[in-house]
Amino acid sequence: MMFYDVIVVGGGHAGAEAAAASARMGSSVLLITMNLHTIGEMSCNPSIGGIATGQIVREIDALGGFSGIIADHTMIQFRMLNRSKGPAMWSPRAQLDRLRFSDNWRMVLESIPNISFCQDSVVELLILNEKVYGVKTMLGVEIKSKAVILTNGTFLNGFIHIGEKKISGGRISEKSTTGLSSQLKSLGFDVGRMKTGTSPRVDGRSLNYSEMVEQPGDDYPKKFSYLDTPPLVNQYSCYITYTSEKVHEILRSGFDRSPNFNGSINSKGPRYCPSIEDKIYRFSDRARHQIFAEPEGLNTTEVYVNGFSTSLPQEFQFDALHQIPGFEQAKILKPGYAIEYDYFSPLQLNHSLETKKIKNLFFSGQINGTTGYEVAAAQGLIAGINAHLKIHGKAPFVLLRNEAYIGVLIDDLVTKGTDEPYRMFTARAEYRILLRQDNADERLTPSAIDLGLVENNRLKKLEEKLNKVEKCVSYLNREIRTLNKITQPTRIATLLSRPEISYEDLFFLPEIKEYGKYNKLKEEEWQQVSILIKYKAYIEREREMAINLIRLEKIRLPKFFDYKKIQALSVEAQEKLNTHFPSSIGQASRISGISPSDINTLLIYMKR
Amino acid sequence: MLDKDTIVALATSDGHGAIAVIRISGSEAFSTLSNIFRPLKKVNTKERITLGFILDKEERVDQVIVTSFKAPKSYTGENLIEVSCHGSPYIYRRILHLLIKTGIRMANPGEFTMRAFLNRKMDLAQAEAVSDLIASESQVDYKLALTQFEGETYKNIKVLRRKFIDFASIIEISIDFSEENVERPNYSKLSTFLLQAKEHIQHLLNSFHLGNAIKEGIQVVIIGGPNVGKSTLLNSLVKYDRAIVSDIPGTTRDFIEETIFFNGIRLRLIDTAGIRHTKENIETIGIQLTYDKVSNAQVILYLFDAMHYNTTKILKEFSNIDRKFSINIIIIANKYDVSSKKLFLNELAGKYYNISAKNKEGIDELLENIYNLLDKRYFKSNTVILNVRHLELLKKTLSTVNNIYYGIEQGSTDDLIASDIRKALYFLGKISGEITTNDLLVNIFSKFCIGK
Repeated sequence: MMFYDVIVVGGGHAGAEAAAASARMGSSVLLITMNLHTIGEMSCNPSIGGIATGQIVREIDALGGFSGIIADHTMIQFRMLNRSKGPAMWSPRAQLDRLRFSDNWRMVLESIPNISFCQDSVVELLILNEKVYGVKTMLGVEIKSKAVILTNGTFLNGFIHIGEKKISGGRISEKSTTGLSSQLKSLGFDVGRMKTGTSPRVDGRSLNYSEMVEQPGDDYPKKFSYLDTPPLVNQYSCYITYTSEKVHEILRSGFDRSPNFNGSINSKGPRYCPSIEDKIYRFSDRARHQIFAEPEGLNTTEVYVNGFSTSLPQEFQFDALHQIPGFEQAKILKPGYAIEYDYFSPLQLNHSLETKKIKNLFFSGQINGTTGYEVAAAQGLIAGINAHLKIHGKAPFVLLRNEAYIGVLIDDLVTKGTDEPYRMFTARAEYRILLRQDNADERLTPSAIDLGLVENNRLKKLEEKLNKVEKCVSYLNREIRTLNKITQPTRIATLLSRPEISYEDLFFLPEIKEYGKYNKLKEEEWQQVSILIKYKAYIEREREMAINLIRLEKIRLPKFFDYKKIQALSVEAQEKLNTHFPSSIGQASRISGISPSDINTLLIYMKR
Repeated sequence: MLDKDTIVALATSDGHGAIAVIRISGSEAFSTLSNIFRPLKKVNTKERITLGFILDKEERVDQVIVTSFKAPKSYTGENLIEVSCHGSPYIYRRILHLLIKTGIRMANPGEFTMRAFLNRKMDLAQAEAVSDLIASESQVDYKLALTQFEGETYKNIKVLRRKFIDFASIIEISIDFSEENVERPNYSKLSTFLLQAKEHIQHLLNSFHLGNAIKEGIQVVIIGGPNVGKSTLLNSLVKYDRAIVSDIPGTTRDFIEETIFFNGIRLRLIDTAGIRHTKENIETIGIQLTYDKVSNAQVILYLFDAMHYNTTKILKEFSNIDRKFSINIIIIANKYDVSSKKLFLNELAGKYYNISAKNKEGIDELLENIYNLLDKRYFKSNTVILNVRHLELLKKTLSTVNNIYYGIEQGSTDDLIASDIRKALYFLGKISGEITTNDLLVNIFSKFCIGK
């Protein structure tokens, strides 16, 4: 009988990162997927990153994940979003070559010696004494392991809807998995249903781009990885067009045949990533909605119609699309569809992503009720790390809310749960001045070194950067100059702290330019210097606030305890605590319905 | 909640009493108090109990007894001080204010006990008992807070917070959904809102003094040169209302204070007669010495002798006070009944009232006049901030609002503006007991079309 340290079920973004992380830390890993040719498949948009999620990709890279590196190798367009909103909000986003991205993932995984692969479908978990010890596949094979990570995505009891058509499947033309959900349900897990949707794909040769507005990539494209991945040279453009009343009319005429409206789908979809019919229905005062035509890759004519996610019958999709400027002659390759699938309320997880009920069993990705490649990959990485740590008897690796968006993500999931597909926003983070895309390496790479996920060259690079930045900041704090209109001799750092002065303006001073050249300061490093000086007060304030958070985070709560015994707690708090069993006072304070005075009471009871 | 900073709170119950105890806990407790406390004798370090004065600059606020407990031998396990002062709300609030000004903060409910528990000064059973107590206390507090806020104040803060959430949402949306064809923030609208908010908060801050005035009484200060009849006037006013509430004895004050009720409002009449004039300099008539009193007053009664006076000097002093304090001033010509000069006050025509303190003539009219001068908006509604913690939070909100306003003027980026708006929301939420993070997201989704 085969035996592994860790079995990863599923080969999407979560599964791939999980397998890589466990294996690189030293575990023997088996990756089981239904199709070895769809590893790292992008089921929806051919793009990665974006606001808040771009920061997550940077964090994954800093922690030793591969999503950023592979994105860098396969991108066909790069844009830094939110450039005008201040550096704390800068968010990298890239269009990728869908096929090459998936290919690259497979090559990366195959290059890691202690990962084995198997094309099969897991239908049952092997469990003894509330601990998982392996899996059973559709072919009846039992494979043993010390830990199992489930990353089934939308495949658990997946049902695809196109109009009245209902097809069992996890992606279009791919089979779904049955059995696993019902076993987990019988073990006492809370199983729910969610839905999401995707847009039609069209043939780029049939589009009239002159009717649309070109959206090119950045003039100076950046990257996701902190390593020396190749720079992007040839960029492809996206194109923007709009729906119209005419389009809405056609779509509306199909509403009674839409699974979203005729009652065949009751599960919740993402509010912020609604289908086109949802947008028309909910915001009827809007005369038009934005549509993006996104190229799928270098060697394909396929184009993704972003903004037009739909589950209407094909003929309505086609008729409506043809009314959109630039799409008059569009040939449709694949229709849009809605998909319903099983998810498990993430309230059933610890911060390590291990389930509370079954030991050594980890969940990550869409089965936790999330949406997006980046948050799936991040969860996979964390689950992969923690599965390895767990079977080696080590304490779990948990990121706090002030350390990473990944920390915010996981804490939100396991503390508040979610009843709609969870998407990350910067608004979810309390300390977003600290959680910037430019400092993910500083925040996370030291941990990656400790975990053994990355080589020491990463640390060397980081230390070099920090050194140069620190030296430059103290240099600017020392030197006193006048600049342009400011005739009063002033500390250069003080000059730079003015909103209207950028670090480039300092280059009017020849010695500053010289200093930069002599010390080989790169653009990113000047950026850092500028942020540290301009944002000093804000960074300090958020650090102070975070210190209070950490204190509360360190006061642990017992795993099982009857909170009804504490009469001073409000009834709502007693009930919430008795169902959630938060791991710390800090986590308890973020559960809705638990008030500051409940927290005071808890503090008095729990801290010894 | 777990801040390790130094905290202060009133340990005895709020209201009039024989004595009040203020408790300070934290590493800075001793140094904080030393800023405002002058011991009567040289301090013997072995003694834990010290007699001395609380000073506001050089003014003696009260004579107090200070008991010091060194960490870890104290209730909280930290450095702890108990200040026993006279049990007048005016006095203990003033001392609390002085302490907060030195940089320490008001304690949260139950925080002393919490610290005691965290420092293992109590076992679980003891903590449980105290915890129940806190719970019951906070219920009372809650009720008190509710009554305090039932009216406009609470509504006002909630409305203000809602408006901040709306604006925060617009900025948050422009950050998180900038790719999705959403509304751009309208900064001039935001600036206008901020100016309104500033005015609003300032109004609430002002109401603290008025709120105190309702609770503690309206300060009416009588000033004037020697022998113009200040004491006689005070006595006449007091005799007008036989219900003397208190006369605050033993407060080491160099002035005489009496309290009367008129039309249901508590008037605290303060006679500066007790102030010793070191120099017989008529020019100053003790105004220099009474500036502090005057600056706290809501109404000033400027008394002169209708028999002996100097019009130029009166006008000069009148405009002096008016310029410095902009407080309601009533000019009173005393002894008009025996004066022959009453017809010659042309320069003061319409600006003064004739009374005879001795014969109690014109006293009714004077009280009516005082009453008419009071801003009675605050007596009718509950728009008052009475809680020192709320006052602190509002002040912080105001300074944050100023930051946002100047940030927008100077072209700060959205990340910083959003950060400051969140800070303001945090303070407002602490007053109204509402938590922010989720509110923002809910608001974002409820109002705007989002999503590709």
